[in-house]
Amino acid sequence: MTVLDLLDTGLAVLVLAVAAWTIVARSNFAAVIGFMTYGLLLSLVWARIAALDVAITEAAIGSGVTGLLLIGAAVRLRALEKSDTAGQVGGLGRVGAAVLSVLVVVALAAVFLSAEGQGPSLAPEAARHLPQFGLGNPITAVLMAYRAIDTMLEKVVLILAVIGVWSLAPDGAWGGAPANLSLAEPDPALVYLARVLPPFGIVVSIYIAWVGASEPGGAFQGGALLAAMALVVLMARLAPAPEVGRLWLRLVIVSGPVTFLAVGLLGFAIATGFLAYPTAYAKALILFIEAFMVLSIAAMLPLLVLGPPKVPGGRA
Amino acid sequence: MTATTLAGLTGAALIGLGLYGVLVNVHALRKILAFNLIGSGVFLVFGLVARRGAVAGFAADPVPQAMVITGIVVAFSATALAIGLLLRLHERRVEDAAAESDNRSDNKSDKT
Amino acid sequence: MPLATSPAGYLLVLAIVLPVSGMVLSFVLGGRHAERIALATAPFGLAIAIAIAAEVLKTGQPITYIVGGWSPPLGIALRADGFSAVMLVTSALVLPAAMLYARAYFATPATLREKRAPFAFWTLMQGLSAALAVVFTGGDLFTLYVALELLTFAAVPLVCLDGRAETLEAALRYLLFALLGSILYLLGVGLIYGRFGVLDIALLAERTRALDGDTRALLVAGALMTAGLAAKTALFPLHLWLPPAHANAPAPASAVLSALVVKGSFFLAVRLWFDVMPTLASTAAMTVLGALGCGAILFGSVMALRQERLKLLIAYSTVAQIGYLFLVFPLASGAGAWTAVGWTGGIMQVLAHALAKSGMFLAAGLVAEAVGHDRISGLRGVGRSMPVTLLAFGLGGVSLMGLPPSGGFLAKWWLLLASVQSGQWAWCLVVLAGGLLAGGYVFRVVAPAIAGEPLVLAKPVARGREVVALLLALGAIALGVAPDGLLELIRIGRGG
Repeated sequence: MTVLDLLDTGLAVLVLAVAAWTIVARSNFAAVIGFMTYGLLLSLVWARIAALDVAITEAAIGSGVTGLLLIGAAVRLRALEKSDTAGQVGGLGRVGAAVLSVLVVVALAAVFLSAEGQGPSLAPEAARHLPQFGLGNPITAVLMAYRAIDTMLEKVVLILAVIGVWSLAPDGAWGGAPANLSLAEPDPALVYLARVLPPFGIVVSIYIAWVGASEPGGAFQGGALLAAMALVVLMARLAPAPEVGRLWLRLVIVSGPVTFLAVGLLGFAIATGFLAYPTAYAKALILFIEAFMVLSIAAMLPLLVLGPPKVPGGRA
Repeated sequence: MTATTLAGLTGAALIGLGLYGVLVNVHALRKILAFNLIGSGVFLVFGLVARRGAVAGFAADPVPQAMVITGIVVAFSATALAIGLLLRLHERRVEDAAAESDNRSDNKSDKT
Repeated sequence: MPLATSPAGYLLVLAIVLPVSGMVLSFVLGGRHAERIALATAPFGLAIAIAIAAEVLKTGQPITYIVGGWSPPLGIALRADGFSAVMLVTSALVLPAAMLYARAYFATPATLREKRAPFAFWTLMQGLSAALAVVFTGGDLFTLYVALELLTFAAVPLVCLDGRAETLEAALRYLLFALLGSILYLLGVGLIYGRFGVLDIALLAERTRALDGDTRALLVAGALMTAGLAAKTALFPLHLWLPPAHANAPAPASAVLSALVVKGSFFLAVRLWFDVMPTLASTAAMTVLGALGCGAILFGSVMALRQERLKLLIAYSTVAQIGYLFLVFPLASGAGAWTAVGWTGGIMQVLAHALAKSGMFLAAGLVAEAVGHDRISGLRGVGRSMPVTLLAFGLGGVSLMGLPPSGGFLAKWWLLLASVQSGQWAWCLVVLAGGLLAGGYVFRVVAPAIAGEPLVLAKPVARGREVVALLLALGAIALGVAPDGLLELIRIGRGG
């Protein structure tokens, strides 16, 4: 076994150990912290299997933004429930659950171990068509060209989630702003960070989105980083949370899917059909759509973390 | 065993752990955490499939990776909706309990 | 199956793009515009659905659309066969009916620019319309995963629109079951891609048919995906989330949830076993599904008999009627001559239940509004004061019981025929028992309602809304005299 194999095995064991901790920890808060650690370790695993785009996305969204959401929830629940511990079902239920879980794992392991070596792949096919876009990153090509309808629909999923979260507001607070993200006064260090970091963060996120055309990166990763900047600013209370009834907010949210739809429908006129790109303008159109996707994602992710409006708005 | 198969087996183990967590934990927040474990395990399975599609000079098949990126965003949205429901449910319970004790003390003071 | 865009394939794109655009526009304009946009786009949605059905019937072939010009397996195809077409038309009928009915519930008052519940309702309903369109026309397994999530996210917040703790709890439980379902489905998708490198349903059908040797990945994938889809369809014993969610949601939401949303995951289960892997649909596996369906029929019907609240009774009835749907697996799979009859019976059950159940939920909603509660014991004589509403409920019940003439009768008749012809007698007994039990719980409501003095109503309801409920229930009856064209349409593109 080489050093790398040992590291891989160690990483896998660590990931599973932290995941198990997340399940059995008595305190909700401890479980959430464990989960965030787990997410970061997972990004390392993704980097080890040569999926850098996914590693970035997992670190930013899967661990970062999700972690923030969960910590906020754990803190608010602790205040509401006056207790932090969580119980488990009784003996027979645990046995049944364990049996079922082991069964699933064994079935999956049997499938994986039986199919060692190379599997079927669409990589050559994907790469074959790349030159016609001038793109260098095949994942961006898959997301924005070959399987564009899935990406467009996924934007709709995000909007539905925003509507769903907003609908949980008390009737009187409709149109207003979500409650402040931090329950106490923000730490001066955090405020300093929130003043210094965003300008760099904005530049880096635009770069990541732009460079995703040829290197690992893309609209999702750039948008997630921009969202993180927005969340830092909101946590430090340097800017108020936006009111959900504002037109500008709604326009920013829909800008991504609307652009996607518009370009898609344009394809009927200037190319072969829905979501088809004319060869000459393909890369330009893709970057155009991605620009608005970055804005949409940067708006929607923080809104999902902030939650429903709680403070009544300026105008009904 | 290569890093790839190890990742796949880790994914399988995570799915099992997560499934156990969903079934065994009573509190909804812990169930949501366990769901995220299952989700990330499923994504690792996609990663295994992607790596096995490394042919002709490509490090990995881009199609499953793109699906995982989409999946991560969807999983986050689901977590956000679930957390929103959970928090609102607890807020309502606290409000309802407070309203009920107000009613009872009103009734008491009416009687005296 | 041809893998090229059909001449009318653009209709499939329109079926998805129209509700998505409406939803996005409603989101931006907000307030009362959302209601107007939703109602304005509904007739166009119906026109597109009918056009798709007509085209499929005319050509006798499914319609295909290759998105972006990228052929599968790299790209994604949309596909509509007979089953897709009839489901699209049914959605295009039930959703607008529920929306018309809901105008009284979810109107934005003149004094406010926007109100929470109406905004959420009108945008989510359009989102639901879009989600169903993708479910019924998606030809790629991952696109269908995104469609399932769209469906869940649009449906769950509708359950708790009134903001009470009870409905929030029901919505949370629904969401957790639904998420478990989708993640198991996604795992199966990953295993299938790992085996074949293809996710297009038509291409997979070819590959699985030509398969010999290692079927392990497919079997595990099939089991996982079916378990996930069964959880989302509330198949017994994974039905626990459905009664509280459907009973406590606002009436128009309940109607749409029972009639359409649970059918979405069922639709995908059918696609899986009849199109993607028909050769792996072993008798044992199909019998298990059928047996669970029987469990649903018996358990759901008995529970419905015991309910005190009207809406809970109707919700448990949904659990029971879903059981009939799963009889399509043992009765329409395989190579026997009876499979065509079993298939038609199963699809007819989907359509008849959608129309009957939505009509019944809307009627129950009217009763609850007029009387102030939905306790069955307190509804004596309500049929005398609200005859149209009770007629709607009664006609829906006729279809549920399987009395002629009704779509429900045809569905159960064909299922009985198929089970007799295939020698699988056990299903017969359960179908007949289910019909009797349905009779029991329907008469439990109808008999006292039409007896005694007319019940004094706390609040009268608009005649128009009663008519909407009645029209849906009449639709279920009208299916009983289904023209041959409809039956022919249902059989187009049938896999298995």
